[in-house]
Amino acid sequence: MRHRLSAWLAVAARLPLAWYFLFFAGPLVLITITSLLTRGMYGGVVWQLSFLNFARLFDSLYLMIFLKSVVLATVTAVLCMLIGFPIVWAATAAPPQKRSLLLFLLSLPFFTNLVIRIYALKLFTAHDGPLAYVLTLLHIEFDPFSLSQNLPLVIFGMVTSYLPFMILPLFTAFERFDDSLIDAAHDLGANHWQTARKVLIPVLRAPLVSGFLMVFIPALGEFVIPDLLGGAKTMLIGNLITEQFLKARDWPFGAALTMFLIIIIGASVLIARRTPKDANARLVTT
Amino acid sequence: MLEIRGIEKRFGSQTALAGMNLSIREGEFVSLLGPSGCGKTTLLRIIAGLESADAGDILWKGQSLSNLPARERPFNMVFQRYALFPHLNVFENVAFGLRLKKVSELEIKSRVDEALALVDLQKLGARGSEQLSGGQQQRVALARALVNRPQVLLLDEPLSALDQQLRLRVQAELRLLQKKLGLTFILVTHDQDEAMAVSDRIAVLNHGELEQFASPQEIYDRPASAFCASFIGRANQFSGTGQKQSNGMFAFSLNGQPIQGVSQCERLSKTSEASAVQVFVRPDKIRLSEGSGGQNLISVKVVQSVFRGTHHEVFAQAGDGTMIHVASPHALSTDQKVSLSFSPEDTFIFMATEGLSQ
Repeated sequence: MRHRLSAWLAVAARLPLAWYFLFFAGPLVLITITSLLTRGMYGGVVWQLSFLNFARLFDSLYLMIFLKSVVLATVTAVLCMLIGFPIVWAATAAPPQKRSLLLFLLSLPFFTNLVIRIYALKLFTAHDGPLAYVLTLLHIEFDPFSLSQNLPLVIFGMVTSYLPFMILPLFTAFERFDDSLIDAAHDLGANHWQTARKVLIPVLRAPLVSGFLMVFIPALGEFVIPDLLGGAKTMLIGNLITEQFLKARDWPFGAALTMFLIIIIGASVLIARRTPKDANARLVTT
Repeated sequence: MLEIRGIEKRFGSQTALAGMNLSIREGEFVSLLGPSGCGKTTLLRIIAGLESADAGDILWKGQSLSNLPARERPFNMVFQRYALFPHLNVFENVAFGLRLKKVSELEIKSRVDEALALVDLQKLGARGSEQLSGGQQQRVALARALVNRPQVLLLDEPLSALDQQLRLRVQAELRLLQKKLGLTFILVTHDQDEAMAVSDRIAVLNHGELEQFASPQEIYDRPASAFCASFIGRANQFSGTGQKQSNGMFAFSLNGQPIQGVSQCERLSKTSEASAVQVFVRPDKIRLSEGSGGQNLISVKVVQSVFRGTHHEVFAQAGDGTMIHVASPHALSTDQKVSLSFSPEDTFIFMATEGLSQ
């Protein structure tokens, strides 16, 4: 009886593996194949091998879009880190009951659908929206069309949406952080800056890196937020890929762009996860 | 001389230290002893500069340290859970303070090696700090502090995470190390045996106040308060009514028999009226009396006698039901009737206080 159960469990354990092959490895193979074919007249593909799609990636127009996307994702991740670090630091210093309430409040944005949140922000900043109304009441001179459809608003939307991705990994790591390490550093002659550089950051390096990646990776492929809040002015990789599939009907080029995005993400993970060169500094496993 | 003058510290409505005064001599091994929450760790952290006092001053060799941050004080600390840097190996942990002081690479090497040799860890420099046993981590923490050549070493319950066997050995090692280096050591502990084993003098703290600051022997033989008598060493404790007598002694009645004792209690000495008192007598100060001679004589019946290796622990009961605990050199049989006597000098009387532990 017991033996049969464990046999069934072994089968059940392989199910996620099947899922992985079906919905991760499968599409990846499809995309790879698509990226090496020729576009069809009305979408779809023509079965003819072509490396042209990859050659087109190096057009300065697309390279600029890639660069802009990487910069925007980096800015988002850095801002999330700068905002998230002090919040989590303060939250983990709070007494336990207060701590769980804070954690709940911080994850509250997750309770609303992303698109609804971003739409709310779009309507809030519209030229005839509440923000414009309040500014008019306060007799503040402004161009009503400058409030929305701009890059700062995109960044604001990205940061608010991705902040929980930074906060959650930091939270568990900071909770386990031993505060007496900071006391020990001060006692041994370190000032605040030296304590941060020689103790705090190296010890918390692994969770900071994973927090950074948790924000950077989805931010790099984001297309809903820049589309809704930035309008046509902010073309990013995500939007570009969406357009190739849905509007331009150039599947092979969209697939090539996707491959390139995957390569960028893979490279950034490898760089970030790299063990520090300093032989004495060991990566802290969390 | 390290002078602690009127140090006060409150955390919200909680008083951690209520005007602490202590003078610690150079080269002295002092323990701050008390139950948890007595303010001993807070006092150590204030001395280290990791915590600021609400009032009072700390002077080292006559100089006030109040405005000196922890990093500039000539003191170093060994933390309770060692606080070794997990991202650095043993060598780099010990070298941490020296690197901040921009000491030359050559000197760092020789001083770290010397410090590791001092704690008998010279071969483990390349180890990661998390690959060490508790005892080894404790010694790395000690080396990391000592390598900076502090004038005072502060130890915050450094042995509490070690097992009993190891703790006894490290206590002896600490004492030897302190004598060898001639440094001032200030140790925080809640373990009275540990304080007795290592200290020149013990500062007994309770509820943020200093109960007594004296040598272990003096605290044992002449406790300054009911708290000291009960917290340090074991003692029989009786309560009742006591009164000052013309000879300066205090009279007390136990099992209907008159008992005399001494008191270090100021409040009790000031009044000539009868007051509620607590009386403490150590089991090893009670003698089994053959005849009827001697002072503070009590007749009892033996309830139980337990062999403890160095002595027999005898539990005896007086006529009124009072249990008395005696350390006897020889075994007694159950129900045997004996007389107990103890010197008035070993009978400590204090005015009864509310909320006393036990």
